[in-house]
Amino acid sequence: MFAAQPTSKSGNHFLQVQGLSKYYLKTKPIFSDVNFEIDKGEFVCIIGHSGCGKTTILNVLAGLDTASSGYVFMGGKEVKGPSLERGVVFQSHALMPWFTVRQNISFAVQSRWTDWNKEQINQHVEQFVEMVGLSHSIDKKPSELSGGMKQRVGIARAFSIQPKMLLLDEPFGALDALTRGTIQDELMGIVRRTQQTVFMITHDVDEAILLADKIILMKNAVDSPSGYKPGGISQIVANPLPAARKRADLHHLQGYYDLRNHIVDFLIGINKTV
Amino acid sequence: MKSSLKYQANLLSLLIFVIFVGIWYVTTASQSGVNQLSASTGVGTSTTGMTAEQIEYQKLMGKDVGSQKSTGFPSPLQMAKAAVHHLSDPFYDNGPNDKGIAIQLGYSLLRVGLGFLLACLVAIPFGFIIGMSPLLFKAFNPFIQILKPISPLAWMPLALYTIKDSSLSGIFVIFICSVWPMLINTAFGVSSVKKEWLNVASTLEVSSFRKAFLVILPAAAPTILTGMRISMGIAWLVIVAAEMLVGGTGIGYFLWNEWNNLSLTSVIFSVLLIGLVGMLLDTVFAQLQKWVTYVE
Repeated sequence: MFAAQPTSKSGNHFLQVQGLSKYYLKTKPIFSDVNFEIDKGEFVCIIGHSGCGKTTILNVLAGLDTASSGYVFMGGKEVKGPSLERGVVFQSHALMPWFTVRQNISFAVQSRWTDWNKEQINQHVEQFVEMVGLSHSIDKKPSELSGGMKQRVGIARAFSIQPKMLLLDEPFGALDALTRGTIQDELMGIVRRTQQTVFMITHDVDEAILLADKIILMKNAVDSPSGYKPGGISQIVANPLPAARKRADLHHLQGYYDLRNHIVDFLIGINKTV
Repeated sequence: MKSSLKYQANLLSLLIFVIFVGIWYVTTASQSGVNQLSASTGVGTSTTGMTAEQIEYQKLMGKDVGSQKSTGFPSPLQMAKAAVHHLSDPFYDNGPNDKGIAIQLGYSLLRVGLGFLLACLVAIPFGFIIGMSPLLFKAFNPFIQILKPISPLAWMPLALYTIKDSSLSGIFVIFICSVWPMLINTAFGVSSVKKEWLNVASTLEVSSFRKAFLVILPAAAPTILTGMRISMGIAWLVIVAAEMLVGGTGIGYFLWNEWNNLSLTSVIFSVLLIGLVGMLLDTVFAQLQKWVTYVE
């Protein structure tokens, strides 16, 4: 039903990942032969058990880590090192505690547009703080904010530099279910509006179904007596649900349960083979 | 609840102080009573039956027979009088061996300040560099570890020989004792800046200058300030000893001079003053530390 998409090695995709692998022991790579593409404006989620290398892949895309082999191309250029073209939202929000919300975001804005004056920066910062609904807390320190608000600031910071691509490392992992729902809605609204290209790690199947156009399922490496099998991409599933879906009526949509069962079965399936 | 705890603690502190002074008073009162007794019975030295030459000779021998001698430990009352005497005119200057207490303290604070400032100028940038580079940190570590435990006063002869100026040598000794805690703390603070903040900086392509001053410095500031606070504590400990050695001016010299004068009241007074100033210096750095500390 959910046929794996053909992984074409050529074509004009916005982001192309080719033959990526990572090992610390050459004979036992964590993952190998990872190939996928992301088109402009596409929202891609990656799901897999802990230790399968999701974060490593994201860090390679961000330029914070290097792969043992393989290439990443964005807009036809190879990704080498971090760049303002790719905004990252970190799992632990990674806000500077000595800065206020305003200073945290203006730090990013000023890095992006070094020739802007104070007023331009401030206006831009306020716009993005408003986007995540935190105008009332703009001059507070992160320690005065709740976990959900901190993560919102992290999202605003990543969006504020208007990157060509957004990388989210399990941004809602540490949040309670209610807060998570609200921020998911917000994120979806912003992404749909801005046509942002997103790559996101998640552990939450429903989150992936809600947000993603394409879900990448990753398998862990297996070390059995019969031999070592490196991890990698198991399947890439296209989300058949209508783009205008909402969290509240997600479970009423035709095909939701089929998709959900498929992913959950897959996740349990890998567990059994380990 | 919290304020009542503070109130109780203050009350208890006052009580401890009163008991301490009381015991002091009782023990010294009985002693001075004995002294008075011995003086009135004529057991002590007296000028009666001495020629002028003999009195002069006694004076030269350090036995000032004419004056009222107090051999005992000073009583709280004598201490209070001495304190009032020193504090009533703290800025007088009657030549090399007779200066007001504030001037002596000023000299010590000036030396500590200069030595400490020099140490800051060297230790913080250098600590920054070795904190950023694991290679340099490893390369310099053996030297730091060997130089760190050397008593600052052990440098004194070398300092005197090379600098040939006792006052500058004092400053050098303060410098050398302040430099290590600051250096080590700065290096440690810089090297343990959270990876995620550095990652944020590198994904934003922040210039190394902005990264150093807006990310690494504020992140490491609490640790650096802790090093500075430790350094200042050590510097204040060392200046007293250094001034005893080099002489001339300063609270340490004053203390030793008063010991040579056998003026125990002045010795005790300066001991208390050293403690008080040390506490104030520490309070200043505690406040600075509070300012740069961030809550995560």
